[in-house]
Amino acid sequence: MHILEPRAQPSQLMRWTAPLIAILATLTAGSFLFWLLDKSPLESFHVFFVEPLTTSYGWSELLIKASPLILIAQGLAIGFKARIYNIGAEGQLIIGALFGGGIAIHFDGVDATWLIPAMVVAGALGGALWGALPALLKTRFNAEETLTTLMLTYVAGFIMAYMVNGPWRDPEGMNFPQSIMFGDGALFGILFDGSRVNTSIFITLAVVLAFWLFNARSFLAYQIEVGGQAPAASRYAGFSAKQTVWFSLVMSGLTAGLAGVGEVAGPVGQLNLNISPGYGFAAIIVAYLGRLHALGIVLAGFLMALIYLGGEAAQVSLQLPAAITGIFQGMLLFFLLGADAFIDNKLRRPAFGS
Amino acid sequence: MIDHLIPILAGAIAAATPLIFAGLGELVSERTGVINLGVEGMMLTGAIAGFAAAATTGYGAAIGLPAGALAGAAIAMVFAFFALSLAANQAACGLALTIFGIGLSAFIGQHYVSYSLPGLQPVAIPLLADIPVLGPILFKHDMVVYLSFIAFALVAWTLAKTRLGLLLKAVGESPEAAHAIGYPVLGIRYGAVAFGGAMAGIAGAYLSTVYTPLWVQNMSAGRGWIAVALVVFATWKPARLMLGAYLFGGVTILQFHAQGLGIELPVQLLAALPYVATVVVLVLISRDRKLLQLNLPASLGKPFLP
Amino acid sequence: MSPPDPRLQLLNITKRYPSVVANSDVSLTVMPGEIHAILGENGAGKSTLMKIIYGAVKADEGEVMWNGRQVAVANPAQARKLGIGMVFQHFSLFETLTVVENIALVLDEPFDLAALAKRVTEVSERYGLPLDPFRLVHSLSVGERQRVEIVRCLLQDPKLLILDEPTSVLTPQAVLKLFETLRQLSAEGVSILYISHKLHEIQALCDSATIMRGGKVTGNAIPKDETPASLARLMIGRELPVCEAPLYTGDSRPVLEIAGLSQVSDDPFGTTLHDISLTVQAGEIVGIAGISGNGQAELLAALSGESTTARETVRLDGEAIGHLDAGRRRDRGLVFVPEERLGRGAVPALPLSRNALLTAHRQGMKRWGLVDYAKARAFAEQCIARFDVRCGGAGSAARSLSGGNLQKFIVGREIMLAPKLMIVAQPTWGVDVGAAAFLRQTLLDLSRTGVAILVVSEELEELFEISDRIAVLAAGRLSEAKPKADTDAESIGLQMSGLSNEKTPESGHAHP
Repeated sequence: MHILEPRAQPSQLMRWTAPLIAILATLTAGSFLFWLLDKSPLESFHVFFVEPLTTSYGWSELLIKASPLILIAQGLAIGFKARIYNIGAEGQLIIGALFGGGIAIHFDGVDATWLIPAMVVAGALGGALWGALPALLKTRFNAEETLTTLMLTYVAGFIMAYMVNGPWRDPEGMNFPQSIMFGDGALFGILFDGSRVNTSIFITLAVVLAFWLFNARSFLAYQIEVGGQAPAASRYAGFSAKQTVWFSLVMSGLTAGLAGVGEVAGPVGQLNLNISPGYGFAAIIVAYLGRLHALGIVLAGFLMALIYLGGEAAQVSLQLPAAITGIFQGMLLFFLLGADAFIDNKLRRPAFGS
Repeated sequence: MIDHLIPILAGAIAAATPLIFAGLGELVSERTGVINLGVEGMMLTGAIAGFAAAATTGYGAAIGLPAGALAGAAIAMVFAFFALSLAANQAACGLALTIFGIGLSAFIGQHYVSYSLPGLQPVAIPLLADIPVLGPILFKHDMVVYLSFIAFALVAWTLAKTRLGLLLKAVGESPEAAHAIGYPVLGIRYGAVAFGGAMAGIAGAYLSTVYTPLWVQNMSAGRGWIAVALVVFATWKPARLMLGAYLFGGVTILQFHAQGLGIELPVQLLAALPYVATVVVLVLISRDRKLLQLNLPASLGKPFLP
Repeated sequence: MSPPDPRLQLLNITKRYPSVVANSDVSLTVMPGEIHAILGENGAGKSTLMKIIYGAVKADEGEVMWNGRQVAVANPAQARKLGIGMVFQHFSLFETLTVVENIALVLDEPFDLAALAKRVTEVSERYGLPLDPFRLVHSLSVGERQRVEIVRCLLQDPKLLILDEPTSVLTPQAVLKLFETLRQLSAEGVSILYISHKLHEIQALCDSATIMRGGKVTGNAIPKDETPASLARLMIGRELPVCEAPLYTGDSRPVLEIAGLSQVSDDPFGTTLHDISLTVQAGEIVGIAGISGNGQAELLAALSGESTTARETVRLDGEAIGHLDAGRRRDRGLVFVPEERLGRGAVPALPLSRNALLTAHRQGMKRWGLVDYAKARAFAEQCIARFDVRCGGAGSAARSLSGGNLQKFIVGREIMLAPKLMIVAQPTWGVDVGAAAFLRQTLLDLSRTGVAILVVSEELEELFEISDRIAVLAAGRLSEAKPKADTDAESIGLQMSGLSNEKTPESGHAHP
């Protein structure tokens, strides 16, 4: 059962090839899965990973799905460096959407240039608030953020359900749990005709650049990294652990909130119970797959978006349920963690004489 | 008033049963130092495996529960390989297991969405069931509820009174010391994780073959996570885990009786109660740092490479 | 009559690790009832050799003979079955279990704690190792924990007992008691392998010695026939280096003043500090002797600022700093070298340049919250050159350095911050003799420039070598610091045990 032994120096090669190994392993396991289901692996992969990218519309959809994943993962990566495990970005996204959407509903019919900026700010605040709550519970009461962030995701879901079933239900929506469709003034402008790509991708772009600079050069990022790798060294140097908790949870909540606004003021166009197909959870994988690096996360975000698109395509062409996306996501994370083990370790040499 | 309370309390006992199985399994795993956040995924895997076995064979829960246990243990081994043999981050591996389990169960479950199962009839235990108040609360349940009592007794006895229990605790406190005196640390942890998987699988299979008894996608609805939180609340002690599970059973069942009790809250907010309660309970127990530190398995979550 | 078979014989043992050959062609022989020393400094390969004998590590080449027959010891359980017992340097005990539970876990027999407790009491009394079987291990002193380890071995009726640096946790008086126990065992025919780097102990106790250096055997000796100097030559290949302590001629003023510091530990297994007072003057080194676990960690944290305390209890250069955190204390000229180098004094996976930033960021390495990594690198390179840190450059990960070189880097980094007060814990723990001498001399030289230095160490010899005054910390209380000339090892040892929290079962019958 002991199959590893430590390397003298961590392998930089493995650090950057581990994601590729994980992707290859996922594809291999995926082929096996397709073969089990009596589908031709080659044809299935074509449907899954190639077909979505054969049209310009496919590429635009890829961009739409990658944008929120990248946005959320940037925020999560800060926390993961500090070993603060926010696994409730999905809930922060929902609250962000609720805050931003609330503005849209309240000012329905108003067509002002400040509307979208106001929604963005409100969404960021809402997400940050939902991230600040576990930060408070951790710094003040020592409560594990893994469990509190996740529980608050369920709570966020029920709050959304209450709002779209109650106060904010569309009176002409045939009793469906959904709000009114937002007016044009409360939607991001479409960038390319015939696609759903909108101006919210500039927010993502700005966030990527900001986090790239932050990670590469800021002292705070260094403090966060030390706090995650060696908490005792962080205390020894006099860095504040509480500051790290607050910063990483509020920032990851904020980016998730932004992503929430991007969805409701973008492709979704209203509040309902399906504003996110699990972006908040998938972004965890994106963050790790992108090596917690701002630019790596961009690449990983596109790959994850492709898995989503492929899942949708497989539903249509192969009659496979959309749940196959989750299977691929789980396998990818497992294989990535497994490959990562070989950064600091290597296979054990067979013991002498046994 | 008591007439109102008896069905509520009896309902709480039944609602707590899956939490007890999953929580006891996680407790044993964490005692050896392994935190498995994949309980939700293992429960769902157990739920669909149990349901599929029950539906195809027609033997119901009698085959559903063992099938669920087997499936839960099997999928837990995937976690164990990555988190133990490859010493990968346990929290992340647990998350991967949950994502994978949700996907896998939904994938397999597509064929079973319209089935329903007969479930299990309650069995009143002679004499005990006739005790006023307590009898109908505790002793007029299906067999699996009684099985949860037995599981609790067995786990509590093993941990407190046997060499195996001592060994589990020792491995959880210091795998280095256990290794130094010659115990197979990884082997023991593999065993504990398998046990945790089997118990979560039983919990899931109970939901799908007895409690509901239907297959619904994502039907565990966060119970796996609540079970993980319960282990913290229980400060790794089986008796406190039972207490916590019944408390949560009560909160869960409350939403169905809210109207009768005169509580007027929207259903959605009532449904959020168990999750809010989990947060509150975590806060209450975690603020006492010394209490947690005294009971926390010292190596919890830390990978061990000899 | 032919002579008896040797109890243990190692023939040409070799063990290679990826980066080092830990044992190269090592042979040795231990007779029944013999007390045999393995002498060598840190990194000589002693511990690896013992692990091979105990079955915890497998040799690449060579043979192990047990009572004249070749054996392959596959694991510790098999070693115990053969009659090999081991007392670990870092104890292999479980803190949250009781003494008897700890012992039950290694015995291969039916699980009956009550009966076992009786046997524990019997054996412990017979060998003068008093123990209460029902105490929780975390409530025991380090010396008592060692007794648990020894009793645990004795209950298995060993033919060979291995002790790895057993005296590092004992007061001088307790060392003498341990030696009595070991002689009693030897008289009963038990062989003893005694691993140490302390020359006078080996001369006092051992019948014969195998000396190792760099993984090889460099000699065999009868310790009583040798001098410390001749043993040292075999051990390190040259004379023991000596430090020079010149007289301090600068101004004297109190730099660190501790007054009435009392603190209850946050850690349930920690030690409470009682009314600690001490002054360290500019230009002097004050040593704090005592065995770890008597409040050392708590006192160091309270002084470094990793835990804060009442404002007036700690003063730095006249300013009350008790309430300030570690960062603010550092801003005012306090530096600290902790006992744990990897994970506290340095971040293991980060390169030295980034580890320089850990405390040296105050030296103009950041502007508007952004780091000037070129400056951090230059600082690290300067530190490497000035303090003779042997490594692959400022880009090497901290964990790739040997203990001695990493310590030189950390001490150098802290000295380059131009401190008023330097606090050092276990300055030479686990460091080879050459680096240890360099570090001690560095501290002496620094103090003579007017820096106040507080050294906390378990090594009495070290404290006598570099300190001007010495105090003793035992059971959370600090004795008065006495000038070195007015005290000696024996009286310090008495203070260590007299005030210590070692409770015999008779005095402290506190069942949990």
